[in-house]
Amino acid sequence: MTKRLSHWVLAAGVGLSLALSGGAAFAAAHAKPKRGGTLKYVIPAEPPSFDGHRETTFALIHPIAPFYSTLIRVNPENPSSPTDFVCDLCTEMPTASDDGKRYVFNIRKGVKFHDGKPLTAHDVAATFERIIFPPQGVASARKAFFVMVDKVAATDDHTIQFDLKYPSGAFLPSLANPYNFVYAKARLDADQHWYEKNIEGSGPFKFVELQPGAVIKGERNPDYYHEGKPYLDGFEGIFAKKQSLRVQAVRGGQAQIEFRGFPPKSRDDLVAALGDKITVQESDWNCVLLVTPNHKSDKMKDPRVRKALTLAIDRWGGSKYLSEIAIVKAVGGIAFPGHPLAATKAELEKIPGYWPDLDKSRAEAKKLLAEAGFGDGLSLKMNNRAVDQPYKIVGVWLIDQWKQIGVTAEQQVLPTGPFYDMLRKQKTYDISLDFNCQAVVNPLLDVSKFISDDKSGNNYANYQDREVDRLFEAMNQTADVNEQRKLMREMEMRVLGEEAHSMITLWWYRIIPHRSEVKGWKISPSHYLNQDLSSIWIDQ
Amino acid sequence: MTASDPSLDLDELAPPRPWYTTVVYQARRHPLGAAGAFVVLLMIFMALFADLIAPYDPTATSFANMHEAPGAAFLLGTDQFGRDLLSRIIYGARTALFVGFVAAFAGSTIGLVLGVSSAYFGGLFDLVFQRVMDVFMAFPLIIMALAVVSILGPGTQNVIIAITLPFIPNCARVVRSSALAIREIPYVDAARAMGYSHTRIILRHMAPNVMAPYLIMLTAFVGQAILLEASLSYLGLGVQEPTPAWGLMLQGGAEEYAESAPWIAIFPGLAITLAVFAFNLFGDSVRDTLDPRLRSR
Amino acid sequence: MYTYTIKRLLLMVPTLLGAAVLVFLLLRAVPGDVCELRLAGTGGYFDKEALAICQEELGLNDPMFVQFVDYILGLLVLDFGESMWTGQKVWHEIGLRFELSLQLAIMTTLISIAIALPLGTIAAVKQNTWVDYVVRSISIAGIAMPSFWLGILLILGILIISQNHFGQPWMPPIQYKSLWEDPWHNLSQLIWPALATGYRYSAVATRMTRSTLLEVLREDYVRTARAKGLLEKVIINRHALRNAMLPVVTVIGIEFAFLMGGLVVTEQVFNLNGLGKLFVEAVLNNDYTLTQALVLLVVMIFVLTNFLVDLLYAWLDPRIRYA
Repeated sequence: MTKRLSHWVLAAGVGLSLALSGGAAFAAAHAKPKRGGTLKYVIPAEPPSFDGHRETTFALIHPIAPFYSTLIRVNPENPSSPTDFVCDLCTEMPTASDDGKRYVFNIRKGVKFHDGKPLTAHDVAATFERIIFPPQGVASARKAFFVMVDKVAATDDHTIQFDLKYPSGAFLPSLANPYNFVYAKARLDADQHWYEKNIEGSGPFKFVELQPGAVIKGERNPDYYHEGKPYLDGFEGIFAKKQSLRVQAVRGGQAQIEFRGFPPKSRDDLVAALGDKITVQESDWNCVLLVTPNHKSDKMKDPRVRKALTLAIDRWGGSKYLSEIAIVKAVGGIAFPGHPLAATKAELEKIPGYWPDLDKSRAEAKKLLAEAGFGDGLSLKMNNRAVDQPYKIVGVWLIDQWKQIGVTAEQQVLPTGPFYDMLRKQKTYDISLDFNCQAVVNPLLDVSKFISDDKSGNNYANYQDREVDRLFEAMNQTADVNEQRKLMREMEMRVLGEEAHSMITLWWYRIIPHRSEVKGWKISPSHYLNQDLSSIWIDQ
Repeated sequence: MTASDPSLDLDELAPPRPWYTTVVYQARRHPLGAAGAFVVLLMIFMALFADLIAPYDPTATSFANMHEAPGAAFLLGTDQFGRDLLSRIIYGARTALFVGFVAAFAGSTIGLVLGVSSAYFGGLFDLVFQRVMDVFMAFPLIIMALAVVSILGPGTQNVIIAITLPFIPNCARVVRSSALAIREIPYVDAARAMGYSHTRIILRHMAPNVMAPYLIMLTAFVGQAILLEASLSYLGLGVQEPTPAWGLMLQGGAEEYAESAPWIAIFPGLAITLAVFAFNLFGDSVRDTLDPRLRSR
Repeated sequence: MYTYTIKRLLLMVPTLLGAAVLVFLLLRAVPGDVCELRLAGTGGYFDKEALAICQEELGLNDPMFVQFVDYILGLLVLDFGESMWTGQKVWHEIGLRFELSLQLAIMTTLISIAIALPLGTIAAVKQNTWVDYVVRSISIAGIAMPSFWLGILLILGILIISQNHFGQPWMPPIQYKSLWEDPWHNLSQLIWPALATGYRYSAVATRMTRSTLLEVLREDYVRTARAKGLLEKVIINRHALRNAMLPVVTVIGIEFAFLMGGLVVTEQVFNLNGLGKLFVEAVLNNDYTLTQALVLLVVMIFVLTNFLVDLLYAWLDPRIRYA
């Protein structure tokens, strides 16, 4: 056993470094993509409806996004940058006029929907009209991303104009959201619900068939407007709920890639088994795992207790150990660690719970607990989600962390449905694992998780803190990046440190080990982004 | 063995033998059952003295010792949190036996009472009762388990409730058919004539006469309960971390680590298999002994 | 016989109705609903109005009583409505998966018969010898193994063995193609789960074969046959086995019913797009309509199988006459 073990450790190390260095050299060395072939990939879940405007799950993006176009998107050549946005349907990224309150986009000419009808600015306008100002009875899941928008209008067949209420740094990232599929105005006028059960876009692939529970198939759109793309003849997205099976599918050649992310161990196994037939791409992930204290619980309403709990968590050490067994890695504050608005390491180390000296943190934690009257120990009811990666694994780790300061957390694991019901309705937990996961990296809006629960869409900690709300509003209504950054630090210190409204554990880490013949796909910090498959080609 | 037992032979009229010869006699007659009983006793011993036998604290994580291969320090290796597998398996026996025994006992005993009552009262009660049992028997366990866990919250006792529910109709049905046969025999009639209460007749006069099917079901249920608990854990509805439980140990580790750290997947699976195997062997011998139709002579 | 058949068929009605009520109540007692799961389950921001609209559309805001009446009225005309998750007709969703589950159930049953009959017979003939003990141990080990564990080890074993032998890891297909479309693909996918479950399910039938055969071998006519000096082989095949088949048929029939709706775990492990997988997903998605239909389907199959087994009993055994 030991011999084999050392063998794979070695293989994994070599394979990984090869893959990582290979990624950098990749663009220069293999400049010429080949056409043809069918991409097979596994998808962990099935979409509820096909309507991107109403759903929030990545299970809609992976199978459906290749059929649609969007107005702008994250740069497919540089998806790891959280600030690089490029045109999809427009011809040029506009600069804001009218003091940053007006954006005018020119729409490409000659774009056609898959049924052959032309796509014009009126279709784009109808799409955003529906997303931002949905008619009665139409569900738009992200309309609040566009609070700054006052008016959308197509001024002619190829021009669309957005007027904002105030200048906002959050506007362009919201516009680049991958769920903003462009629909045909005529279809929407006839039936606002048509796109829930039908697929017809203008994207790189045309819909062929969907076998529920099994597979979705697409074929190349010969009329696609981006020169020479897509490279693939078609794709097959295979639904496979079990993670171990998805890993084995990549290994056994039943699929070439999975776009959500595998645990570190599966990466090592794949590399050990297949060597250079596997390429690994990794990235920090715009999802963060939190501990949400229920401010209505008798034990957690005291900020000293909350602070003690966050002080006890060894984030720097956890980053090292946990990243070997769970899909978490980066230590970070409330903003995505790779973003210009995120805290630097020096800034982080000032926040309680992020201090470099763990013993000092834990001593302080015990002191605070004693002051709060829990010197003899404290036992808590911890709500967790019945999903291994990373919830249950990090849950086990947290229980152990808190044991060090005399706090006993009793874990109650619930399936996803009852888990969210507990967070949203029953609220009988003391602390709960929770996560915040967004598509386009847009910290200005992503941190709305931490504003008062009457204003936030997904704050489950049951508190109102108007100071946090004020900082959030101010941050969103300035276009000055330095000012945004300063306000972000203040909000971060208040939410994580002074009040300990929420405890960030670690940011997720996305690991995609895929078959090496899959080329042209670059990892992004979100499993929602860069998924239209148009730049992927197969090297055979 | 009761006096009405057809297997009674001259041997048994001889003076009573010491208990150990009986044990040896039965063990030779049922070598498989004896092997099963031995493993069961071993498990009970492990469960009772877990605190003394287990080399480590089963819930103590240690990131310095993550997925260690079996060796001198950790006989069966460690899991992804660096917890000692042997200790977790030893403590896991406690959970398994607790779930197994309680669920089997509760399920078959409630089934016994219901089955006998149904046979005793007969008529409309019997008819309605049978339909209710039909519903529960055909009803998928997973929904029942999900409902129990979601409503009452997860935890060992609720897992037991979820597992017990399908046992009840199984046992009630078998017991009822045996009880129907004795309902009409004279001493039950006599008891009724003497004005004894229904409860007394059911519990004191009828129930003891259907002990054979009851015990057969009881022993068969223990193994099934252990297996069901593992399956529920696999679907995320079982006992909760960090409680050491075999099914739970398989759930997280078995799949991710099956290849690179196979001990995480193999040992808990073996523990379940061996335990259920032992209970089934033992149960089979109990059946052979108690069910005269199956007695091989 | 006819009165019996009709009476039995009528008795199914209260059972089905009871199951229908029970599943309705249990599902609604589970906290959370499908809309919450759809929107909140992904951890991102979502609009509260979008949630309200979804709940309104699916009738989740209607009073429980109204939902119940709707459901029961639908039942009467066998209309289960649309799946709350995908919006497709429930019948459509079930129809898509039925073929796979049926084929798997048949294959599993055939394999378990192929294992149980010879093993049970050998065990009975060689009663209380080491052959008997080995056979019984093998068969009991089958039910003692958790099926998901066996499945995981099986897939991993195939991967490792194929890589060692052919240099390339191979695994069974994970997409279903029907037997008529591509028999090789179909069988190479389904044979593994069928073997794993067939082995498991053979245990009870093996035990039943052994014990009924033992019983029959003690009957007078077998003794007569032996006295006539017939070959042991002939006695077993012609006289004993045939008469021992009855309880075995019962056991296999009941197991078949379980297989049709009950392969929940196995279908997960092998990613088979059958009724069992659909069932778990429907339950975990809080998809009321689909779950209700599936539960009724499972109960229906169960009740019908029991009934058919009883009829078969009467037909096979002339001593049993239902009046």
